[in-house]
Amino acid sequence: MSSITGHSAIDELPTGDGRPPLEADQAGTGRLGDRIFGGLATGSGILVIALVTLVGVFLVWQAVPSLLNNDANFLTSREWVTAGENPRFGIVDLLWATIITSIIAMLIAVPLGVAVALFITQYAPGWLSKPAATLVDLLAAVPSIVYGLWGLQVAGEYFEPVARFTDTVLGWLPFFTYTGTPSAKSTLAFAGIILAIMILPIVTAISREVFAQVPTTHKEGALALGATKWEMIRTAVLPFGKPGIISAAMLGLGRALGETLAVTLLLSALNASESFNWSIFGGGETFASRIANDAGEFDSAQKTGAYIAAGLVLFILTFIVNAAARVVIERRKAFSE
Amino acid sequence: MAKRIDVKDLDIYYGDFKAVEGVSLTVEPRSVTAFIGPSGCGKSTVLRTLNRMHEVIPGGRVDGTVALDDQDLYAPSMDPVAVRRTVGMVFQRPNPFPTMSIRDNVAAGLKLNGVKNKKQLDEVVEKSLKGANLWNEVKDRLDKPGAGLSGGQQQRLCIARAIAVDPQVLLMDEPCSALDPISTLAIEDLINELKSKYTVVIVTHNMQQAARVSDQTAFFNLKATGQPGRLVEVDDTQKIFSNPTEKATEDYISGRFG
Repeated sequence: MSSITGHSAIDELPTGDGRPPLEADQAGTGRLGDRIFGGLATGSGILVIALVTLVGVFLVWQAVPSLLNNDANFLTSREWVTAGENPRFGIVDLLWATIITSIIAMLIAVPLGVAVALFITQYAPGWLSKPAATLVDLLAAVPSIVYGLWGLQVAGEYFEPVARFTDTVLGWLPFFTYTGTPSAKSTLAFAGIILAIMILPIVTAISREVFAQVPTTHKEGALALGATKWEMIRTAVLPFGKPGIISAAMLGLGRALGETLAVTLLLSALNASESFNWSIFGGGETFASRIANDAGEFDSAQKTGAYIAAGLVLFILTFIVNAAARVVIERRKAFSE
Repeated sequence: MAKRIDVKDLDIYYGDFKAVEGVSLTVEPRSVTAFIGPSGCGKSTVLRTLNRMHEVIPGGRVDGTVALDDQDLYAPSMDPVAVRRTVGMVFQRPNPFPTMSIRDNVAAGLKLNGVKNKKQLDEVVEKSLKGANLWNEVKDRLDKPGAGLSGGQQQRLCIARAIAVDPQVLLMDEPCSALDPISTLAIEDLINELKSKYTVVIVTHNMQQAARVSDQTAFFNLKATGQPGRLVEVDDTQKIFSNPTEKATEDYISGRFG
């Protein structure tokens, strides 16, 4: 980034764009310390790549036999019978529940987290911003089981009227119909809200870091043009922080997609006989909560494989989301330095 | 269009610390005034009070008056945002908005003012870039990022951005200190042209530059170490550089300082 302090000749290279070339430089000296540290760093890099690859290989390896045995369409079926000669299982329910709870969580947590980060970095007086930041970070330290319990025992009670009210106002949309079963705290909507609280500190912490790095010269540039504070934030702070906000959202989304305990505690599973509906005020199971709920069933390779196949879809889903975020960031790279 | 600046008995504070004391000076419309003096003597601080950018710094406040034609910039009814729209500023390091194209950078101020008409924006962008002697270099790549230009071009882009909103006064805080001599020359030529339309105040460490571009020069210095800065002398540039009234001024410009 040309906006950070200090300057190197490498920044002036014709292809540079302020970035060092892709090959490694030749600053290594071949001395013992250099070789040890270089080896350790390279080793760690390889280890991480190997781990991700192995996890992927493991998932595919374990899932394929069960998938081949599956008599139902894995991607479109709502059935989940993993035992016996002719297992029939599909993930469409799980996919829907996982995505909808995560979307609800993102819709709440990203704007709120960005707003909190803006408050901490741009609006709060000096004596308040540090403690406020620490408090938000503390939210991240709360174990997810505690969120689940709190949601179930405390906050959930207050969600009943919200669900009823939404049903009265927007109930004509299939999306917002609330029938009263399961109880409001066991619905996808409420699980999404609890997830939002859980990922809020992640979004806030990362956004805060990037907002705090906005160079004063950019902010003063906007103010000197006669921008109000909000206009300054819109012209200088938010565009500069955009890649950071996207990264923050993706990390949060990763957590929301995979969160298990709180969601397992809260969500009420649908009966297999129940017909599918689109309402966010219905029950359901996410990939993670289905796997956790049924962990006792992993007694044969066939059954386990079915759950691992579900886990594989979650893995791929997270992968796609992250790749998409990268693309978004890369596309605007020339403008983000 | 260009307005006259009257500064009277101006004291400038950072919190409880008095940084500059008792500045009074007048800047005539369509002239260039240079602020010179050693580092830390408060010239940039004084400059930043002329468009109320000083109070952007936590604890920044002033006593005294700064008037634009007869309007007190620090009157309680005066909106600092409105002041900054009339008094433009160019900073020490070129600071185009990195996420914006060249065109959007120049149009940024107008967009803040609510101008949406694309034709009008394009006209102003062209006029401002021409006014900043940058048009010929960038007219084929207006949609490219402003941060991709060279340092000197970026600084002229910032000047274009500042003049796009048609300010009465243009403040420049060491606009050439991060630039090479050729880019510096380009900016100096530009300042000479700008003074036909605007009142220009420039802070510089380069005394040749002050001598080359300004009509009037103000010399600032610290009273003593740890004391507030003050205005030692302000006069026609020619007089300051040939026959200054104060001994301190002569010592400074002749390099016998300190």
